[in-house]
Amino acid sequence: MASSSEISPTGRRYAPGTPTGFRLWWHRHRLTIIPYFYIAPFFILFAIFLAWPVVRSFYLSFHKQQGISVPAFIGLDNYVNLLADPRFKQSLLNTTVYALGSLLLQIPLAFILAVVVNSRLVPWANAKSFYRLSYFVPLLTSAVIASLMFSILYDYNSGLINSYLMRFFGEEAKVGWVRNARVVKLSIILLLIWRFTGINSLYFVAGLQNIPKELEEAAAIDGANWWQVLVGITIPLMRPVILFVTVTAINGSYQIFAEPYLLTGGGPRDQSLSIVQYLYNTGFSYFNLGYASAIGYTLVTIIVILAILNLRFFGAFREDQ
Amino acid sequence: MTTSVQATPATGPRFSAIRIRNGFLVSLANVLLLIGVVLAAVPFIYMISASFKPQNEIFTFPVQIIPKEPYLDNYITLFGETLYLRWFFNTAIVAVGRTALSLFLCMLAGFAFAKYDFPFRRVLFILVLASFTLPFEVVLIPLYTMMVRLGWLNTYWVLIIPFAASAFGIFLARQYALALPTELMEAARIDGSSELGIFFRIALPNLRPALAVMGIIFFQASWNDFLWPLIVLNDSTMYVINLALPTLRGPYNDQYGLVLGGAVIAVIPIIIIFFAMQRYFIEGIMAGALKG
Repeated sequence: MASSSEISPTGRRYAPGTPTGFRLWWHRHRLTIIPYFYIAPFFILFAIFLAWPVVRSFYLSFHKQQGISVPAFIGLDNYVNLLADPRFKQSLLNTTVYALGSLLLQIPLAFILAVVVNSRLVPWANAKSFYRLSYFVPLLTSAVIASLMFSILYDYNSGLINSYLMRFFGEEAKVGWVRNARVVKLSIILLLIWRFTGINSLYFVAGLQNIPKELEEAAAIDGANWWQVLVGITIPLMRPVILFVTVTAINGSYQIFAEPYLLTGGGPRDQSLSIVQYLYNTGFSYFNLGYASAIGYTLVTIIVILAILNLRFFGAFREDQ
Repeated sequence: MTTSVQATPATGPRFSAIRIRNGFLVSLANVLLLIGVVLAAVPFIYMISASFKPQNEIFTFPVQIIPKEPYLDNYITLFGETLYLRWFFNTAIVAVGRTALSLFLCMLAGFAFAKYDFPFRRVLFILVLASFTLPFEVVLIPLYTMMVRLGWLNTYWVLIIPFAASAFGIFLARQYALALPTELMEAARIDGSSELGIFFRIALPNLRPALAVMGIIFFQASWNDFLWPLIVLNDSTMYVINLALPTLRGPYNDQYGLVLGGAVIAVIPIIIIFFAMQRYFIEGIMAGALKG
């Protein structure tokens, strides 16, 4: 053992005695110490502005706090009250309908679009890229801008949609898009379809392009029709993308706020109120901070169940062996 | 239906027996797709067209896409009589500030997670990833209280600092940094480069595509933010565009031209980014699904 020479982490050999004391120690350990300096700025902000509020919010959800009063411990009361709260139940129902709208209308539509654009039904490469490019248009707007645009299209007396309905089907065909309690949820879902079908289609197109052409070719040669190819080969191979799109869409639906807030204010009669808007109203209109925190954690509970799926899908540590 | 059995190239003409039926299907499919394109574009085109019309023409039917004569008063009012310029400036400062800070934090930390081995690396990274899936609304109440205590309401800080440590950002940064060749770093070390020098002179230049992709994501997220500004800003000189636009509707909710003009200008920066950096824009959108 050559005790007179030091080996640095990079394998360099030093003449006896060159680095000593702190410098030697630093030289040996810097590669495990420096990364802590690199992650420190991130984690300081992360701890202050995310980790701490997450814990604090959990704490508050078991307390009664009205405005700036001192929180008073009330155990599970907030959660118990929540289960009996008709407005919360209504907002949960509405938000679930938004999620179902994404699941049953928007995602299948996006999938069909992707399959058609990717198939021989669109034989020209230029046309394929044109369709894909047009999927991006709605993505350039924000939720706020989209909501404002749709509030004009949905205008009862003179909005574009009702103008056309009147033209073709007469006066009584007008729809109270944002004022009819039975229609508002559909109005919100249509807005969501407009905003998100394109991006979900892009995810599906990307997934489809990863499927080896030969598989589908081989099946077709073996006599499978397009439906058998789709169900037997395409959809099973697309499962990861379908899972990702589904989980993301459900996640996003449960966190919806701006669209109902700006289009309908949650009305009429709470028929479009979302969970997040109820949280917002509870916290920032009624200053019932403990109760609002309990709404937040109920939302977390719903979303964490989906997040487990999400994390598994992402497989973040795949490259770590 | 009998089809030729021999394998033909995917692009070549095949299955000649069903080509006529295919011709019909191709037409049908493309007509439907074009209707879809029109539906996707209509609200957008309608917005631009209506912003160049006086109030009483916006709702004329049938719609005239190209206004009889372009009417600029909406824009003149916007810049002359409202604080629009100020709101635009606020939004831009916040978006640029948040993007720069997030990029720096996430790149440095993501690089450390990808290229160094240190105790608790896995645990810390899992902690970040776990937070990634939390809905941000859960921290709304305590975070708001904290901002009140700090006296940050109606400042730029309140929009820039709290969300700079992006979990999605660090996840992406790590993914990109994993692809950096370790030999490059080793070589620099042997040449006597400091670790910080390796980050700035080797990692960052090689991670430029990642910077572009993540920069676009951060910028757009900040530009489109609504709920948080709604809570922490109540002074109209500090508004960001998204917060100001709904107020432009006026007391009777009817000044549509003004709102739409404001919306058109608000979309322009995003459109510029989209066309100037299309590849990175698309990569950023796909990043969520395909990285990892």
